[in-house]
Amino acid sequence: MNTPSNAMPESFDAHRVVPASLSVTRPMYWSVRRELWENRSIYIAPLLAAAVFLFGFLISLIGLPHRMRAALALDPAQQREAIAMPYDIVAGLMMITGILVSVFYCLDALHGERRDRSILFWKSLPVSDLTTVLAKASIPLIVLPLLTFVIIVATHLIMLLCSSAVLLGSGLGVATLWKQLPLSQMSLLLLYHLLTAHALWPAPIYCWLLLVSGWARRAAFLWAVLPLLAISGVEKIVFRTSHFAAVVGSHFIGDAPAVAFTMPDVFPTDPMTHITPGNFLISPDLWIGLTAAAAFLAAAVRLRRYREPI
Amino acid sequence: MPCIEARGLRKTFGKTVAVDGVDLRVEEGRILGLIGPNGAGKTTALNAILGLTPYQGELRVLGRDPWTARDQLMRDVCFIADVAVLPRWIRVSQALDYVAGVHPRLDRAKAEGFLAKTTIRNTSKVRELSKGMVAQLHLALVMAIDAKLLVLDEPTLGLDILYRKQFYDSLLNDYFDRSRTIVVTTHQVEEIQDVLTDLMFINHGRIVLNCSMEEFESRYAEVTVNPAQVAAARALRPMHERQVFGRSILLFDRVDREQLSNLGEVRTPSIADLFVAVVGNQSGQAQGAAT
Repeated sequence: MNTPSNAMPESFDAHRVVPASLSVTRPMYWSVRRELWENRSIYIAPLLAAAVFLFGFLISLIGLPHRMRAALALDPAQQREAIAMPYDIVAGLMMITGILVSVFYCLDALHGERRDRSILFWKSLPVSDLTTVLAKASIPLIVLPLLTFVIIVATHLIMLLCSSAVLLGSGLGVATLWKQLPLSQMSLLLLYHLLTAHALWPAPIYCWLLLVSGWARRAAFLWAVLPLLAISGVEKIVFRTSHFAAVVGSHFIGDAPAVAFTMPDVFPTDPMTHITPGNFLISPDLWIGLTAAAAFLAAAVRLRRYREPI
Repeated sequence: MPCIEARGLRKTFGKTVAVDGVDLRVEEGRILGLIGPNGAGKTTALNAILGLTPYQGELRVLGRDPWTARDQLMRDVCFIADVAVLPRWIRVSQALDYVAGVHPRLDRAKAEGFLAKTTIRNTSKVRELSKGMVAQLHLALVMAIDAKLLVLDEPTLGLDILYRKQFYDSLLNDYFDRSRTIVVTTHQVEEIQDVLTDLMFINHGRIVLNCSMEEFESRYAEVTVNPAQVAAARALRPMHERQVFGRSILLFDRVDREQLSNLGEVRTPSIADLFVAVVGNQSGQAQGAAT
């Protein structure tokens, strides 16, 4: 588990590379760092999940030569599925971890500082409310997707290298393995997926959670969820429709893949031919969501300006 | 330019009037003590000065409107609002890094110098420090910032007497240089009597007394009156009278000291005694019930 350590904040360049005159970026940079100091789960949780998975994967390597021999007899599509399965699983696992960490982070981000009254300390420094809220929003929208990306790629690399070592040791070639796992292409695709489906698309959800955490005096989770349930319930009773629930659900679980990708049926193909950023960027749902996200953030900034500590 | 200037400063919460038309002028280089009972509006007034709350009326801090120009103002203004508001998870070294990172006016070496005089270790987390040490850490950070105005709202509440003494000693010796302005509120008024240059009493959102300490010392006199002369002393219209061990102690405003010295032992009253005389007289028993 040494490879992903370049994603850990301790190793961020601590030198004063930013001149003092850049008075916008400096408070921003330090505000993000302080979020990582306070919420160490942001990087510990994904690292831990990756470590546990890798441990299991290394044990399973004992049976790899046997599975590889079986896979060689399959046709290319099934072969790809058999070989790539653990790699897809770890990617999915990391993504779910990222979503969970984001949700819990957002619900506490603007609540914790009021609860322990440390907001009185943060506000005594020349850091604007806008900078603080944007720094907090950057965690689920920028930091966690990128961190997830780095950890997944590093994990894939470790898995591929260990598998290769085992296969070479047992006299089997690595040609099929490497052919079925084009890591650079997979990584690009992964980055695209994380930025579309895990950052831009669910942005309104995360920003809503941030807003509620800045507003609620207690039980931020309930305040975040109950209004959504209430609106869906009223809509269902009055209009007998469920558009609202569908919209919220789609932004949380993600309809993004549907607009951002066309799913290939048969591998190996060039994954780059399946991404459809044009479709994604002209999707009105995306822009409505981003507008809502911006509105939620603006409200959160205003609330932080006006509110007293709890 | 005065450091703080307010005219008709007013702040209401619903029907409650927290600050009720305060006029105030604090010149540069003063140490003002803002004294008042709980709920008198001290913190609300300070929050307005620090741009933490919107207000009605006119208010200028270092020539700026603290609500609309808060972000610029915070480079020149520092405050400790309440004890122990440092986040419990932060390490001492991280607190230094962060403040050095966001504050253009922090002299990090100075802060480390202050900390070296304490028993606080750089690697400790705030949650591992005692309340007194947290106050020391916060003061070290604040004193290393070259600010024009420092606001302290109950900075020593709940600390033991050694830490309190040390707090004000370092403030005077290591920080105050006659070009800076300090505004402090506290309930432990005796301890800051020698620290202040100006004194202000606030009650029910209004300023009920506002004078410099020189004026305080020349205006007010407390006399332990000889039993035989109590009637004569009362004739001079004391502002307050209390009994201690059967002796009458009378507090006078603007009465000739020579005249008073004939009645008994004369001395300058403590801020606490004057406070009781001014605020106690004003609101009588109701105040006792309200706080």
